[in-house]
Amino acid sequence: MTATATQVGEPFVVELQQFEGPLDLLLSLIRDERVDIYDIPIARIAEQFLARIQTMAIDQAAEYLEMAARLLRIKAQMLLPRNQSDEAWEDPRAELVRRLLEYQQVREISDHLARMAEDRRSRFARAWLPSQSIEPPPAPLSLSLGELLAAVDRVLRFAREPHLHDVVPRPLDVDGAIRTIRAVLELRARARWYDVIRPSAESWEVLSALLALLELARRGELRLRQAAPFGSLVITRESSGQAA
Amino acid sequence: MNPLARLLEAALFASNRPVPVEELAGLDAEASPAAVRAALGEIQDTYQANGHGVELVELGEGWQILTRPEFTDAIERAQLAARPHRLSGAALETLAIIAYRQPIGRAEIEEIRGVNCGAILKSLQERALIDVTGRGEGMGRPLLYGTTPLFLEQFALRHLEELPRADELAVTLRVEPRAI
Repeated sequence: MTATATQVGEPFVVELQQFEGPLDLLLSLIRDERVDIYDIPIARIAEQFLARIQTMAIDQAAEYLEMAARLLRIKAQMLLPRNQSDEAWEDPRAELVRRLLEYQQVREISDHLARMAEDRRSRFARAWLPSQSIEPPPAPLSLSLGELLAAVDRVLRFAREPHLHDVVPRPLDVDGAIRTIRAVLELRARARWYDVIRPSAESWEVLSALLALLELARRGELRLRQAAPFGSLVITRESSGQAA
Repeated sequence: MNPLARLLEAALFASNRPVPVEELAGLDAEASPAAVRAALGEIQDTYQANGHGVELVELGEGWQILTRPEFTDAIERAQLAARPHRLSGAALETLAIIAYRQPIGRAEIEEIRGVNCGAILKSLQERALIDVTGRGEGMGRPLLYGTTPLFLEQFALRHLEELPRADELAVTLRVEPRAI
């Protein structure tokens, strides 16, 4: 153990945010305490490590807690009595030391990279961008006047006269639709949607027929059945409604 | 400057990326790579001797004309160009590990750094500094990462060998191991 091993660690003042992870924190502790990395006073370092992570928000502490557990296990292993002449004894700190040295090396490389990136950041290259991302302009249209006029003709043929204003004196005619449906059901016991509505019916007629069907169903004069959503509607005469 | 040097200067000015010597040699059927290198040296010397605002730099497996660092602040103040964002310490550590150990999987990187690296790998990949270069053997055939040509460019490296050798790094904590 080094001579500093009996010193008491300074109170926790640093933000953990500044550390990149548990190894970084551990290295910082070792540096601050000026201890030999090959002979880490594990009990003291573990204690300080725990003291520091206690200030952390628990959701980001998982990796630090794992390291804390590792340190405590090493501490326990160090306490086990051992025979001085035991050749097979392996320092329980060896794996940790290897990882710390490896991580320290990574830190040095990343410091080096940071300097290089900083140097490159301070020089601008030409900002011109290759035009390969721009799509080539579409080829000019090759079209004769006759083709153009034919196209206009086709459009005009299908275009209907615009309805600027449609005055509907009675928007819905439910009573009329009820009369139609009753007339149909008088002739046959079962009918379909298109038996009670003409194919080119306008929307007010469709709506009137629908309301009429619902009204008659409510009154018990007929029964409506639709096997599937948007499937065909089957209208069945109710025998009890015969009298109506 | 000789005609070849002038031609190369024009080509380098027109390009927005470092141009490899082989590509520069393609500009003139009679120019050998050696002649191209000599001409590049001539451009460099001219820029140096005559006091230009730009210099010719070899980086990212090619050559590129870049502004001199002393004008960066003024250019940025005038909003003519902006410096790219700095990488975070975590991102630099991850890049360092990948640069030295590529191809390398996520688990190995996390083992070395001692923290989760998923999000950082994703952002480095989005910035095109690293890419998936293959799949490992082992369980689940993990994705293996490596650095990209853009990494060399953004760190002003000619090639990966320009990084300091791992054993050359002064490991500041390394002291003589002693008997325990």
